[in-house]
Amino acid sequence: MKFRLPFAPLVALRFLREGRMQTLLILAGTTGGVAVIVFLTQLITQLQAQIVDRVLGSQAHVVIRPLEEANRRAIDDEGFATVIEPRAQRLRSVDQWENVARLAAGMEGVTAVSPVVTGPAFAVRGQANKSVALMGVDAERYRRIVRMEEYMVAGRFAVDGTRAVIGTELAKDLGIRLEDKLRVALPNGRDELLQVGGIFDIGNKDLNRRWVFVTLPLAQSLLDLPGGVSNLDLTVADIFDAQPIADRLKGATGLTVDSWMQTNAQLLAALRNQTVSNNLIRSFVIIIVALGIASVLVVSVVQKQKEIGILRAMGASRSLILQIFLIQGALVGAVGSVIGSLLAFGLLNAFSAIYRNADGTPLFAAELEPRFILMAALVATGVGLASALIPARRAARMDPVQAIRS
Amino acid sequence: MNAPVIDLTGITKTYGIGTPVETEVLHGIDLRLAEGEFAALIGPSGSGKSTLLNLIGLLERPTSGRLSIGGRDTATLNEAEITQLRGRSIGFVFQFHHLLPAFSAMENVMMPTIIARGAADDEVEATALQLLDAVGLKAHAHKKPGELSGGQQQRVAIARALALKPRLILADEPTGNLDTHTADDIFALLREFNRQTNCACLIVTHDPRLAARCDRIVRLVDGQIADDLPTA
Repeated sequence: MKFRLPFAPLVALRFLREGRMQTLLILAGTTGGVAVIVFLTQLITQLQAQIVDRVLGSQAHVVIRPLEEANRRAIDDEGFATVIEPRAQRLRSVDQWENVARLAAGMEGVTAVSPVVTGPAFAVRGQANKSVALMGVDAERYRRIVRMEEYMVAGRFAVDGTRAVIGTELAKDLGIRLEDKLRVALPNGRDELLQVGGIFDIGNKDLNRRWVFVTLPLAQSLLDLPGGVSNLDLTVADIFDAQPIADRLKGATGLTVDSWMQTNAQLLAALRNQTVSNNLIRSFVIIIVALGIASVLVVSVVQKQKEIGILRAMGASRSLILQIFLIQGALVGAVGSVIGSLLAFGLLNAFSAIYRNADGTPLFAAELEPRFILMAALVATGVGLASALIPARRAARMDPVQAIRS
Repeated sequence: MNAPVIDLTGITKTYGIGTPVETEVLHGIDLRLAEGEFAALIGPSGSGKSTLLNLIGLLERPTSGRLSIGGRDTATLNEAEITQLRGRSIGFVFQFHHLLPAFSAMENVMMPTIIARGAADDEVEATALQLLDAVGLKAHAHKKPGELSGGQQQRVAIARALALKPRLILADEPTGNLDTHTADDIFALLREFNRQTNCACLIVTHDPRLAARCDRIVRLVDGQIADDLPTA
């Protein structure tokens, strides 16, 4: 037995087919709207993800530091001291850092913990000397904070004994190649001869000039911090969970805990503004599409007045008439979302071919996530239904006698 | 004896209630039509024929009076029940056929059944073809109304009115815009189905020649039944 459509969809389809030009016009409007929304959303999502990825490429999601030292009133309120001098912050270790690290590693959402000893030093070679940041790390653990191995231009990201890893800018400034020697001198008078086992380019000239990676014990002894670490770097599973995790850690340890979201508050605000303006554009497009569908269906109801009257005379209930027009709206929305998504995919392809980064790679990938297509389909069908509501109710309320006479 | 198919007692219809142009179109109509009866409803324009037909066809509700169709008092029925009763027990034949232009002749004939049952099936299609065959249009089953002549369109409309084997057929000047020869054909068709299915038929007509071929002539003047006589 062949499949036959039930009454309401059957009539809805036939009405749409009969009103060719009108159907094409609302379909075109809906398609355009969906294409704009899908394209914009996909584009902005991708660009934002890239920006965040780039920013987080060279920093930890969460950093635990010792509490800052502060001067306190030594005498009571009756005393004389009225001005409290802010204190200079000396390099100190995170108190009982092994325990804190264990606690952080056990916290839900934290995927990696790496102890870091960092302090100021001078890199000296011949007559040149550059101020650098000495970074004492366990290379294996630090790799899970910043994916250093991806940035290596020479050698490997490994520190051992006096082997060190430096950035391209510092290497250029000091004329250093792989396996060359480099002396670091510290303000406290200590110094050490390092051998460069790797050169990185992290995509940020400042960091390429400043970071000098050595082993944890070497940095500890050079910086007079035996057994201690200056901070603990953390990676979290969901980057936007960084702040709540930082808050929880702060509560649990009483230490200073900063998330990337605090450190980059301006970036986040900019991203949020971008999202708001995208939502605004989307809302307006949805409203315009809805008005388009509604106005065409209103005209269609008037044109089909007689048919509606005939159908009512033949026993079609008000709810069936309502369904006929709701289905038309939903169909236009659904079909428009499919064609619109295809169009958006085409646009993404075209734009990613045109707009390229300085290095020639596409600014964004020409891909469309299924969730956006699904979103578009749901929204467009919903908008189609909603905008058909007024015309459909008008059709359903029509008096059959008046309708037939018209 | 079965209950009459149409049973009207003291029906009035007033339009524009509560406005300055309030007009009573029908003033107390009593009318009964039994199963198998074939009656003509005649009268000058403006006498209320169409209004009476709309009331009997459940397209409008009377202002007062009792209106029963197929033994059911319509005053107690809600909108949905009225619609259902109309769809299942009344077949309409309008003056201007009123076929759905987007559907083929066969689909038009199936439409009342699709509405009543939700969707077509093989049986519904077979019945529709049979009906089109009976009105001599089997060959035109897949043509749209626009591709048919006036007489053919009206025959499709008759086939559609018969699709659900209604107990009552209401025809509003079914031959009004047809030539004499075609009008005779259409009338003969209605008469034949009336004999076959024993349905009651009420036919509004201006043509005295056709009225004379009915069992009974109801004459409406100024919203009242002036006379109601069996033909010879």
